[in-house]
Amino acid sequence: MNERYNLNKNLAQMLKGGVIMDVVNPKEAEIAEKAGAVAVMALERVPSDIRRDGGVARMSDPKMIQEIQTAVSIPVMAKVRIGHFVEAQILEALQIDYIDESEVLTPADEDFHIDKTAFQVPFVCGAKNIGEALRRIGEGASMIRTKGEAGTGNVVEAVRHMRTMNQQIRKIQSASKEELMTLAKCYQAPYDLVCYVHEHGQLPVVNFAAGGIATPADAALMMQLGCDGVFVGSGIFKSANPLKRAEAIVKATTYFDKPEILAEVSNDLGLAMDSLDIRIMDEKQLFASRGW
Amino acid sequence: MTVTIGVLGIQGAVTEHIKKLEQLPKVKAVLVKSIEALQQIDGLILPGGESTAIARILQDFQIFESLQKKITAGLPVWGTCAGMILLAKKILDSDMTHLGVMHITVKRNAYGRQLGSFSILETIPAISDQPIPLVFIRAPFALEAADQVEILHILDGKIVACREQHMLATAFHPELTDDLSFHRYFVKMVQQYKL
Repeated sequence: MNERYNLNKNLAQMLKGGVIMDVVNPKEAEIAEKAGAVAVMALERVPSDIRRDGGVARMSDPKMIQEIQTAVSIPVMAKVRIGHFVEAQILEALQIDYIDESEVLTPADEDFHIDKTAFQVPFVCGAKNIGEALRRIGEGASMIRTKGEAGTGNVVEAVRHMRTMNQQIRKIQSASKEELMTLAKCYQAPYDLVCYVHEHGQLPVVNFAAGGIATPADAALMMQLGCDGVFVGSGIFKSANPLKRAEAIVKATTYFDKPEILAEVSNDLGLAMDSLDIRIMDEKQLFASRGW
Repeated sequence: MTVTIGVLGIQGAVTEHIKKLEQLPKVKAVLVKSIEALQQIDGLILPGGESTAIARILQDFQIFESLQKKITAGLPVWGTCAGMILLAKKILDSDMTHLGVMHITVKRNAYGRQLGSFSILETIPAISDQPIPLVFIRAPFALEAADQVEILHILDGKIVACREQHMLATAFHPELTDDLSFHRYFVKMVQQYKL
């Protein structure tokens, strides 16, 4: 494994136990940093606005990304469309700290993801299950997040994806050596990475939760389910009191196993973001099914 | 003599340090997230992570003052990367300091963004006669250190490892490598101060 890839996995390790927040301008980035975010995700529109507005969602304006890079000292991430390696080249030229090849933006390629080994900067990718996670890692992702269902304020899909991944990891771990190739076939995952999971009982990279986290309790739920940290998209800046909610989610992520603290920080946060029931949504509106 | 070493578990590379400590004899490694846990340790590691995020939680949960007092009173402490920033008396281009207990001036993100992260093999005589891999992730370095600070290693003219009595600071991350020599060195420090 090359040195740069290890360094990129290492940066994700530094983010563990922390909250990465979506921000659309330098002012929000400053609020996020002040609230204790470990990184910010710079994007033009948060997922709930992308849902509402429709149309093609693309990489953000470099000017906005650079303004955010200047405004904060924590790592700055930004999203590119699935398969859009030129957007990724542009973000690398901006010296972004992490690229999210994200299903939240409109895919640019409906067959292939980006060859992430061609880049020096690290990539995080979404996954719904172990196969998807290991395929992205096989392509060079140095961090994984659950897809959840972004922009809904509904944590149910993130829970589903995390539980699915955990169950599949346990299955691979407890399998006998001769079962591994068949499991690799069944999960459509690279064999060497299935062997890694068998040996270590975990993914070879850090795994965050994302997609639908709206409250401190949601964040703590995902942490108790075993993720390494959380992404919060629309959940903060689409709520009534962003700073207070951001601070509360940060505290809940650190003290995820302390109900007294969770009770205290969940107190009087004002309205959460507008939310959606995924069961009544049209299949075509789901972001999580994007990715191959 | 067995020593209990805590790893501050707010955020960052916490389990990495615990796993390293568990490989050493006569060391009990514990997670520290509260004032109570702070009372039961002989030494403390402040791990890498985001210093702004860690400091924020330390303050909100009133751990900050107790920790500061414990260190001033002689609790052996080792800060890696963000931990080095937490320990420093001065942060370049900033009015803010965190624990401010170690007489060094540090520069945050001193090697730039993630593209500037690197690793290098270096020999640090005070730690080991074998070359040690040093991993720098969006790392700081120290620009200046007071006379009482022992400089353990200089890289390209910048201080990347130093010690002031019971306080150790490294800009890099020994917990991300297979090398145990820095953890061994810190355990020895903790044992000395426990005597």
